[in-house]
Amino acid sequence: MADPTVTVNEMKIREVDFNPEFISRMIPRIEWKALYEAALSLDVVGNLSPELITDYEKDEDFLKEAHRVLMEVEVIKGFLICPESGRKFPIENGIPNMLLNEGEVGDGPAQSEALQEDDSMQ
Amino acid sequence: MNQEVSQLFPTPDFSHLSENDFQDVYEPAEDSFLLLDALEQEAESLNSLRPLICVEVGCGSGIVITFLKKLLSSQCVCLAVDSNHKATSSTVKTADQNKAQVEAVTSDLLGNLQPRIEGKIDVLVFNPPYVVTPPEEVRCPGLPSSWAGGVNGRQVTDRLLSDVHRLLSPSGVFYLITIRENKPDEIRQMLKDRGLESTVIIERKAGPERLNVIKFQRRISAVT
Repeated sequence: MADPTVTVNEMKIREVDFNPEFISRMIPRIEWKALYEAALSLDVVGNLSPELITDYEKDEDFLKEAHRVLMEVEVIKGFLICPESGRKFPIENGIPNMLLNEGEVGDGPAQSEALQEDDSMQ
Repeated sequence: MNQEVSQLFPTPDFSHLSENDFQDVYEPAEDSFLLLDALEQEAESLNSLRPLICVEVGCGSGIVITFLKKLLSSQCVCLAVDSNHKATSSTVKTADQNKAQVEAVTSDLLGNLQPRIEGKIDVLVFNPPYVVTPPEEVRCPGLPSSWAGGVNGRQVTDRLLSDVHRLLSPSGVFYLITIRENKPDEIRQMLKDRGLESTVIIERKAGPERLNVIKFQRRISAVT
């Protein structure tokens, strides 16, 4: 199994109205494999398959599953992990922090030069 | 006429943000309100695009992206980015306060989201740090990053401008605030050379600033 692309400390399922037309239009804009792997990392993959099925816009069961992982699963606290560099980006209060310079994360004044290591967070 | 329309789309409530928050996050001001007016004026045309992905860069308090989300009648994903984590956190609060769903990401412009989002943005909004300042003020963290624009007030804007033509979807639109010192005509020519047509959709004088909102989109021939 591939390394996780998301790790989670706190997750929330929020209820969002199912809009099949919206999900059908969104699918082509999504990198399916990345979504699938994220869902796998979060253990919410359900019946979704690693390959995007054909004629998905006619498959209500599929659209409901896609809706669930796309719209309803929310990571409140955890990390996004870059599959290439392994770099970890923290998610706090549901907000991913993608800044490469972690000196800008803290409350204090710029400590930009001081913090370069990936693991200096926390 | 504009006043009638304003009744339809009220300014988002940001009473949950205090003076204390505005120590670190840009407080909605004339430029923010001009952008709201511009988007309101565009409501019909924006809705006719049936946008799926809307992005605001430099979301600050979050009133603009919240307003946009409320303005759009069909379901879409609204993504707000800001390099100041207090701004993204205020944005989520503002969205919640107004019962709008907005996703926020703390990032320097679109940062490493960019490769994934290229060609997919239907509505892009940017109220950049446009104030002319010494160049070194641009990279200051916190509140100054919301207004310090460096040389010609363009140092931050230009970094996004060079990518806009790649970011927009085929029917995507981009709204940008500028002041006269930013040389808006030069910006328009720059993007025209990359296939984007533009119109100034609203102008206003606010104190010493002559603000406008420019709308960019691909040439019609390129869309159809």
